[in-house]
Amino acid sequence: MFCIIKLLPDPIVCTPTSAGGNCDAMYAWYEAMGYNKPIMVQFGIYVQHFLQGDFGIGTKMYIMQNVSDIMAQKLPATISVNFWTMLIAIPLGLFFGAFSALKKNKWEDTFISILVMLVISVPSYVYCFIVMYFLCFKWNWFPITINSGTNFFTPTMVYSMMPAILCLALGTIAGLTRYTRAELTEVLTSEYMLLARAKGLTRGQATIRHAFRNAMVPIFPMILGEIVGLLSGSLIVENFFGIPGVGVLYINSINVRDYNFFMFLNMFYIAIGLLAGLVVDLSYGLIDPRIRMGSK
Amino acid sequence: MERKIIGQADSQFDPAIDKEKFTFVQKSGKIYDSKFQTKKIGFLKDAIIRFSKNKGSVIASIILLLLILYSLIVPAVSGYGVGDYDQYYTNCLPKVSADAKGFWDGTEKKSVKSEIYYYYLGFGAIVSTGGSYTYYSEDIGKDITMYNIILDTYIVGFKFDTIKKDALDELIAYDKTVDDSKKILGPMVEYSYIDSLDIDVYTKSTLKSFLARDANYYYQVDRKHNPITDSQGNIVPLYVTDSSGNYEYYTQFTDSQGNPTNAYQIRMNYDNYYVYKNGHKPYHILGSDRTGYDIFTRLAYGGRLSLILGVVVASINIILGIIYGAIEGYYGGATDLMMERFSDILSCLPSIVVVALFNMHLTAYVGPVLSLLFAFVSTGWIGTASTVRMQFYRYKNQEYILAARTLGAKDNRLIFRHILPNAIGPVVTSSVLMIPGVIFSESMLSYLNIINLSSRSTTSIGTMLSEGQATFTTYPNNILWPCLFISLLMICFNVFGNGLRDAFNPSLRGSGE
Repeated sequence: MFCIIKLLPDPIVCTPTSAGGNCDAMYAWYEAMGYNKPIMVQFGIYVQHFLQGDFGIGTKMYIMQNVSDIMAQKLPATISVNFWTMLIAIPLGLFFGAFSALKKNKWEDTFISILVMLVISVPSYVYCFIVMYFLCFKWNWFPITINSGTNFFTPTMVYSMMPAILCLALGTIAGLTRYTRAELTEVLTSEYMLLARAKGLTRGQATIRHAFRNAMVPIFPMILGEIVGLLSGSLIVENFFGIPGVGVLYINSINVRDYNFFMFLNMFYIAIGLLAGLVVDLSYGLIDPRIRMGSK
Repeated sequence: MERKIIGQADSQFDPAIDKEKFTFVQKSGKIYDSKFQTKKIGFLKDAIIRFSKNKGSVIASIILLLLILYSLIVPAVSGYGVGDYDQYYTNCLPKVSADAKGFWDGTEKKSVKSEIYYYYLGFGAIVSTGGSYTYYSEDIGKDITMYNIILDTYIVGFKFDTIKKDALDELIAYDKTVDDSKKILGPMVEYSYIDSLDIDVYTKSTLKSFLARDANYYYQVDRKHNPITDSQGNIVPLYVTDSSGNYEYYTQFTDSQGNPTNAYQIRMNYDNYYVYKNGHKPYHILGSDRTGYDIFTRLAYGGRLSLILGVVVASINIILGIIYGAIEGYYGGATDLMMERFSDILSCLPSIVVVALFNMHLTAYVGPVLSLLFAFVSTGWIGTASTVRMQFYRYKNQEYILAARTLGAKDNRLIFRHILPNAIGPVVTSSVLMIPGVIFSESMLSYLNIINLSSRSTTSIGTMLSEGQATFTTYPNNILWPCLFISLLMICFNVFGNGLRDAFNPSLRGSGE
């Protein structure tokens, strides 16, 4: 984390100090942030402000508005979209994975494996196009643009975000299916499964009580990690469907080179990544008491 | 518990075989191992055999080969350059040859309102009409008639143009040599009829400028652009005639003093003009996009860029990664610690930040493609390096290395002759899987307009997609082919790479499917 912050101040150098709108206030702010001083000094000032909860202001977009305020506006959309995605994707992914593990090497398994391979290989913007063209345009199932407004949890809003949710869910379902299948296959061939069957459990009982629980040991932390990743949003899908979320903000900050947004969003993403990693590590111990993190 | 003994000699069975019937198979001499009748199979050949048994991978590699050939050959033979465009033949549909009929002939089934129907009919863009139907529109509150037509997207009709005297003379001379249907110059039109219409002044001027923009309106239209018919139900043309009743084919411009200039306005049939200029009718095998670029050619250029970038980045990453990882792994200790921390720091950088940085700083000096390449290389080798490092830790303490060192082999020789050949297997296969990753990142970045690889000499698939996206609901053809191409490329590379990995490391089979 420290390394990133240290390396990132680079863009300050190339950010031209021109600003539209209220120029005097902007110059005053630049002055306060120590521009024209050595980078390390600027960095010190930045960290100082950062620790006090001042993340800077928009210099190229949302001019003179607080970065944290804009961020707070954008987060609900992203969280909403990703929340529904998870709600759809997790059960489906687990189901397909378990189904194809149980039918291993039969045609159902082959079929699901090929589908998973296709969905994972095809870039996400391609199925954005497909979903948009067929579901929204040809068959009119969903509106083409999402509703305006900020009530991201009302049914009509969710309905209008459905295409984006579907696109995001496809990738998650495929990943989860593949992972579940691999884990469950391994568990199903282990010896305690044979024992479970030998002591008289039916196949269903043995699978659900024994195999599935043990397969969940690596799967559950992965799901938790993805839930934490809810916050980060998706660059392509948000951009495509015009969801006013964090991903769009990030792309815009790169394109207009707004240093403060860029910096803040990068740190935000890194923080989420670290948080997800932490949650994953902790949850291993939670789901399987035999695993003690850090013990010898 | 009493058990039945199985296999006890049956007393009644007495095999009476003469002793003479038993002979020794061989009494004198020794038995040596006979030579194998099969051919020797090396590691590489074994891998190839295993690979070719995997049907999916073989199919994928054939498709991949076709895609590569396509992107290499097409730019040379398609007849269009990457920067060639025609401003009028935009959003055309696929047409395989200049006179194609039936399949892929550049026609489109449509159902249009009456004013559009008469508009298309006016310049002959309609191949055939499949009748009409009427429905009640709730929004407007009256019946609307729709016409089912098959539209030729390669007929654009008349365009206004301004040319010089000598060019005009050439066109006039050309028109005298061809029959009516191929004449370039059309009669000029004028819109004085609008003044007599029963509409307000503002609508009049709007209508006038609307008509003046499109040379295909040669007939009187009303406020809603429907043709006005005379008492016999015929369309009323707007042609300008001179005193003796002949059509005028050009108008000479005058300067501010009212003197005639060397500029003439003409109303030319652009389809015929294209034939006059190029000698054949226009056709785009995969259609044309909204600027008028040929998709077939552009796709090949974009694919070529993606493939070259992918292969070059992957190979540089391998070389860098091998050298770095080999030094780390072989020397270990403090060297390893320092170098590991350095690559840790690099790997912490989000790739999109690196790309943006390189794009800002380097593009001005080396161009967008090279700066993107640097950006990919700058962090891409870390994965390879850590694989190589692991492999070196595995092999460097084995006995054969000790033996070689005892015999006096130098570090250089140990690294490159003894350890690397053993360690390189997983590296090579993982680098094949690196190529689709690079292609995906490249197309994503250019799709999101973070980088712009499009220039006069090349384009990228991501750029084609983001250009087509604005109008893709009306013209899905513009993004269909780039999408199809990149999807196929990604799928084939992944299947091919997985097949290769399974073939070279059978123990890893299925782990990444």
